Parts: sequence; C-alpha cells; structure tokens
Amino acid sequence: MTETGKTVTRVDLCEAVYKKVGLSRTESSAFVELVLKEITDCLEKGETVKLSSFGSFMVRKKGQRIGRNPKTGTEVPISPRRVMVFKPSAILKQRINSNGAGAKTD
Amino acid sequence: MIKSELVQRIAEHNPHLYQRDVENIVNAILDEIVAALARGDRVELRGFGAFSVKHRPARAGRNPRTGEHVPVDQKSVPFFKTGKEMRERLNRENATSEASA
Repeated sequence: MTETGKTVTRVDLCEAVYKKVGLSRTESSAFVELVLKEITDCLEKGETVKLSSFGSFMVRKKGQRIGRNPKTGTEVPISPRRVMVFKPSAILKQRINSNGAGAKTD
Repeated sequence: MIKSELVQRIAEHNPHLYQRDVENIVNAILDEIVAALARGDRVELRGFGAFSVKHRPARAGRNPRTGEHVPVDQKSVPFFKTGKEMRERLNRENATSEASA
C-alpha cells in the first residue's frame, strides 16, 4: 500500500497503539498524549530526549542577533531564544531511503 | 531522558500495566511515525511538531581531505519542524530565566 501525500496524525498513532497493544481506543489515545507530554516536559526543562533507533530531540540556546524584515529590509533585533532540534538516528535515515523498491510497511 | 526512562516514567503513572506493555505502546507510536516517513507521508502532531521527508537531489561532492570529486546520490532525509505551542513553551519567561549564555 503506497499512501504518499497523506498526513499521519494523533488519530493514526492512537489506532496503531489500539491494534498493536490491545488497549481500548480511549486508553490508547490517552497514552499517545502521555508519551508526548513526557517528552515535551523533559525538553521544556532543557533536557535532551534520546529515543534509540528513532532519534533525539535537543534544546539549543540561541543568542541575540540582528535579523531583517525580508519585506521591508529594516533591521530588527531577534531576541535570545531556545529552539528544539530533532536529530534523526541512522536507522531512521536508512528506513527512509530504503523505499526505492516500493514502500513497505512492517 | 532515554527511551527506557520514558517507559519507566509512564509505567509509574500506570501501575495496572506491565513495563513490557508500556514499552510496546512507546514502540508502536515511534514505529508508526517511522513507517509513515518511510512511505513518504507527513506526520503532524499539533502542539508538538511535524515530521516530513525532504528530497535531496544527486550532487557532485568533494572529499574534503583529498579534494577528490565524488558523486553523491540523491537521497531523502527526515525533517522536523517544531510546533507553535512547543516553541512558545520553550520560551516562556520562567523557562528562559537561566538562558543567559
């Protein structure tokens, strides 16, 4: 089944948990939220989240810099901020590139 | 936090499940995201972020040590864009108080 161009959302993740683990749909949906919440809480504290064979989420601190409004060209200061980055694991990168010979689902 | 710690934290909140079940839940979620990306689909999780696949065309690369030309094949790379709510959560006042680097 090749379903290119589709968007997978929470509903699909919940469905995957429901099918693979055998919990109720309500419980599955609560777990999807809980997993995302635990990851988010950790990142908010500035902690890195490493999920083996998937990838890691890291928080980076950015200092102040001068940006430019691309429309008007005026210079505006960009305040220091924290950004989140995702570093995909080698396994994930490999999986994405192995779809040449037809998409495969496990 | 690593995956086993994530599993442990969730298991603590759910004493009615075995750690093994929680592991299966976490893996089911991650596997579903990976499978979607392998198909070339997008994964959008409101409030968190969106995963997508970007295609990089083949290009002529160079071995930085020898200066030798090497062809680089086209490839697809996973890409993550942080969600709006997540971005805001990372930059709430109390969260950035120790951000002076």
